[in-house]
Amino acid sequence: MSNLLKIENLKVSFATDGGSNKAVDGLSLELEPGKVMAVVGESGSGKSVTSQTVLRMLRETARTEGLVMISGQDVLSFSRSQLRRARGELASMIFQEPATALNPVFPIGWQISQAIRSHKIAGQTPSKKEAKELAIEMLTKVGIPNPAERYGYYPHQFSGGQKQRILIAAALALKPKLIIADEPTTALDVTVQAEILDLLRSFQQELGIAILLITHNMGVVADLADYVAVMYQGKIVERGSIREVFYEPQADYTKKLLNAVPKILPAEPKDTPRPEAPVLVEAKDLNIIYPGRLNTPAFHAIKDLNLEIRAGEVIGLVGESGSGKTTIGRTIAGLNRATSGSLQVLGQELVGFSEKDFRPIRKRIGFVFQDPASSFNPLLTIGDCIAEPMAIQEQTGDKENRARVLELLDAVQLPTAFADRFPHELSGGQRQRASLARALALRPDLVIADEPTSALDVSVQAVVLELFAKLQQELNFAAVFITHDLAVVNQVADRIAVLKEGVLVEEGAASRVMQAPQHPYTKRLLASHPIPDPDLQAKHREELRRLTPGA
Amino acid sequence: MAKTQKSASSLLRYLGVRFLLIFPTIWILVTMVFVVMRMVGDPITASQGGKLSAEQLQVLITAAGYDRPILVQYFEYLAAIASGDFGTTLTNNRPVVELLATYGVATLELATYSMIVAFLVGFPLGMIAARKRDTVTDAGLRLFAILAYATPVFFVGLLLKLVFAVAIPILPVAGRVGVRSEIELAKLEGATGFYLIDAIKLGNEAIVLDVLKHAVLPATALGLLTAGIFLRLVRTNMISTLNADYIDAARSRGVSETKLVTKNALRPALIPIITVVGMQIALLLGGAVLTETTFEWKGLGFQLTEYLSARDYVAVQGIVALLAVIVALTNFLVDIIVAFVDPRVKF
Amino acid sequence: MLKRIWKITPLKQLRMSFGVQRVMLILGLAIVGFFIFVATFADLIAPYDFAQLQYEDGTYFGSQIPPSAEHIWGTTVGGFDVFSRVIFGTRTAIAVIFVAVSLSIVIGVLLGLASGYISGWLDRFLVLVADAVYAFPSLLLAIALSIVISGGRSGFWSGILAAGLSITVIFIPQYYRAMRAETLRIKQEAFVESAKVLGASNGRILFRHIFRNATRTLPIIFTLNASEAILTLAGLGFLGFGIDPTMGAEWGYDLNRSVADVSAGIWWTSIFPGSAIVLVVLGITLVGESLNDLADPRLRKRQVAVIE
Repeated sequence: MSNLLKIENLKVSFATDGGSNKAVDGLSLELEPGKVMAVVGESGSGKSVTSQTVLRMLRETARTEGLVMISGQDVLSFSRSQLRRARGELASMIFQEPATALNPVFPIGWQISQAIRSHKIAGQTPSKKEAKELAIEMLTKVGIPNPAERYGYYPHQFSGGQKQRILIAAALALKPKLIIADEPTTALDVTVQAEILDLLRSFQQELGIAILLITHNMGVVADLADYVAVMYQGKIVERGSIREVFYEPQADYTKKLLNAVPKILPAEPKDTPRPEAPVLVEAKDLNIIYPGRLNTPAFHAIKDLNLEIRAGEVIGLVGESGSGKTTIGRTIAGLNRATSGSLQVLGQELVGFSEKDFRPIRKRIGFVFQDPASSFNPLLTIGDCIAEPMAIQEQTGDKENRARVLELLDAVQLPTAFADRFPHELSGGQRQRASLARALALRPDLVIADEPTSALDVSVQAVVLELFAKLQQELNFAAVFITHDLAVVNQVADRIAVLKEGVLVEEGAASRVMQAPQHPYTKRLLASHPIPDPDLQAKHREELRRLTPGA
Repeated sequence: MAKTQKSASSLLRYLGVRFLLIFPTIWILVTMVFVVMRMVGDPITASQGGKLSAEQLQVLITAAGYDRPILVQYFEYLAAIASGDFGTTLTNNRPVVELLATYGVATLELATYSMIVAFLVGFPLGMIAARKRDTVTDAGLRLFAILAYATPVFFVGLLLKLVFAVAIPILPVAGRVGVRSEIELAKLEGATGFYLIDAIKLGNEAIVLDVLKHAVLPATALGLLTAGIFLRLVRTNMISTLNADYIDAARSRGVSETKLVTKNALRPALIPIITVVGMQIALLLGGAVLTETTFEWKGLGFQLTEYLSARDYVAVQGIVALLAVIVALTNFLVDIIVAFVDPRVKF
Repeated sequence: MLKRIWKITPLKQLRMSFGVQRVMLILGLAIVGFFIFVATFADLIAPYDFAQLQYEDGTYFGSQIPPSAEHIWGTTVGGFDVFSRVIFGTRTAIAVIFVAVSLSIVIGVLLGLASGYISGWLDRFLVLVADAVYAFPSLLLAIALSIVISGGRSGFWSGILAAGLSITVIFIPQYYRAMRAETLRIKQEAFVESAKVLGASNGRILFRHIFRNATRTLPIIFTLNASEAILTLAGLGFLGFGIDPTMGAEWGYDLNRSVADVSAGIWWTSIFPGSAIVLVVLGITLVGESLNDLADPRLRKRQVAVIE
């Protein structure tokens, strides 16, 4: 069987501020027509660079060596005009961030037509009318309602999922036989992700399109791919069919990766919360409304919320974007203002609170933020950053702080030498651990963690989650763990609360919610989550199909 | 149907807000002028102090009402401006607004020519520099742009005069038009004051040529300075737009590099560019003062300098306040243009 | 401590630059360095004083003398030595930069920090004022100021003040806007929110966390500020409202005096002072432009890699 895509001994290097960097180091792979190959890896593995090399989309600072052939044609030796034609006709790309991949000042229909008219179909350049018709046809195929009217709409008038559909329509307009999808669903909510994966699958089956799928998500791989190649530091360390790689992984790295993925099945057994533990946080009919400004209406983030959090328990707040989960976390910590109802935090009423009253409570709350890149003041050492809580709340001297800082670094399993390093010298995972250390500095009763592992690689996430669980057991603090990932919450939470558009739709013991969800939204959320096991995922998909009306 | 209704109301709301903003903007600017000019004292002392004795000064001050509480004078000033009265010159007793009518057109004409030069030179060169980024061409163009900014417009003027008055006397170095042509133009019924238009109306080829010849040097001097600014502006905005994800996405679909630069990247880049260009029009007024003085171009800027030499405080205050109003109005015009170019405003 | 200084000064950027940007930065710094050198040692470099009309023995220089051995750049119509006046002009330029920058940077930065941090109606009002003022031509304001400050023309400091203060007024909004934008951006960063959660005082947050991270764009505005100051002072001088020649040397004023010379073919009274203006502003702007490039990773020039 002739290969649609053949890459042989690919080497790519970049120049960075710190010298030359080998991103891809001797990579070879083959893809048959109509099949899906997933290239999996963590950050720095070289998977994105590989995908960009196929159509030579890399920046000028890259040097490329090796062989890349699509349908028998050597892409790396194409002239500029050959390359231009190949892009869109021979192969096409879908990108990670749909929000920025559409030109904001042109109508979306025009952007698709432009791509069409940059090529010849049957020897002729399509007329404007023909291109428009084709574009509308594609929009229909990807499931955009009212395509004829929406042809003239601008990107900001669509949701994230719809934007990605439009981009898929644009990529497929010229019917290329190969699509390179670089993390196509990473920026999307899990329910939207399931829809997009379904769409890609339907194109593969109906039009016989091959897909080179770049992702870090093993669940997505299990859902869509026929073959897998696992990358680590620029090389492929394992390859094979998905059954081979998932059920009989050979390389240590693959095993490590598969182990690190948090699972939604089976549900982890957890201690049931002790009912006699004191209530630390109590929300009654809580409403949080962001006031509107000149052009934007007011936003009702949290609607009539009733929730309790007891000492020593971990409650997972789960939801998609716009659910309000982050808002609650921030409001409990006093970063947002609650609008009406009641929110008692550690004895202090937060609706209409004064900073003076709340200040003494602050030292009993710790907060871990999502983005490791901005969690620390780049001009201060890690030691200074971790000592900040002490400096603010306790006004202890440098020497005492220093001792405590070293103690904390040890607790989060970071070398004590890091106290004198600067944030940019630490990796993302290390920074999140330091962030945890800072949150625990004053021995808080309550820790709020807002998507603490969402920006981390899978294997790093596993380490941080384990650490979090261990520390929570030892120090027995209550925790509000905010995440969009049900598998993650399954691993750490005692109780789970599911939020949808500001409303609490389901709440209960973690094992109960995961195994026997009541609310249709929770069921849909669970069913949309891709399981990193091909056979199980196939069944899971069926379940989702049953749940989705008119699928 | 719903879309156009929404767009019309959204657009109107946006423009309505920008329109309302003109008033506070004008208020702030004319207040700034007032404060600056009254910081040290009154107009009489400023213009006559040193020439007259203290008692004589006091008489004049009281007569003109400059000894009343400053707040009272301020509100009178505001009220006058609101009704279109920018004062009357001390030296020749003309209402400042009339000066605008008489000389404003000349400045407008100069500004128009200069902007044309600036656009024709600055924009294409800026696009080329962005396209050929970090090459020798780019470096050369940027150096040119910086030199254009660093060279004061009157120095350029002087150099041009040196060349064209002394070395190669082919272009006139002073005035808007020759004396004879001026007389002819004055005879025109319904003259606009915009010499090029009037000359065309007269149908006299020789005069048209004369007007254009006189315009070359001043327009070049003022236009080059602005061209340099436009070059850097276009370059920077195009480079950053060309780096955007959506350009890469279009490229991956086979859109040609030329189209990417001239269409896909240009339109989004234009929005910040237009805003700055709008400001440049205002800044052109400062340059116009110097250019008109260098080339004896009898516009508002030239008049301002004359009144300055005559220490005509009221005239200076009036003209500067008037120019402030023009700045505010220009900004609003820019807002209108941006509203039509940026779809995010309408929808 | 030293590590922190290394991070925030342009030294780090000098090390990071390549090609065109490196050349621009080095060239600019060299010119600026030369300019400061000349201003410092003007007394030693200039053969005569800027207001000097006679030799030691009492004979007058003579006016409009072309470049010669005693006057390497000739003399002006007023009988002054061109070379000396150009040299001393550097001091005037530095004086105006000093006046123009010192007040505006302090006020602009403080207002920007406060406005960005506190928000609310104060912020909205200040933004309105800043937008109104900063597009206003500084020369016009300088003209207005100069008529007020001692009726338009005379002493050293009145000329400097007229130009300097007008630039100050126009540039406060520039620093304000830059500082405000940075404050708004940094205010949302996790480390600032972390400090808030912990109950840090506003002062601590503003100084320790926000301000120290917000200074990235200040040097660039400073260079713009300085060049505008020189150009406005020169403009004012050219219009005849600069500094009396016996009080100080100012290039714009000298150009004003040389306008009549030009028609007679006398070039040395205009070329030299004019070129001085161009050179100094060029130097300052080159530094600013390259700093601007280096601050923005998208604009920075990058090397091409080598495969090993």
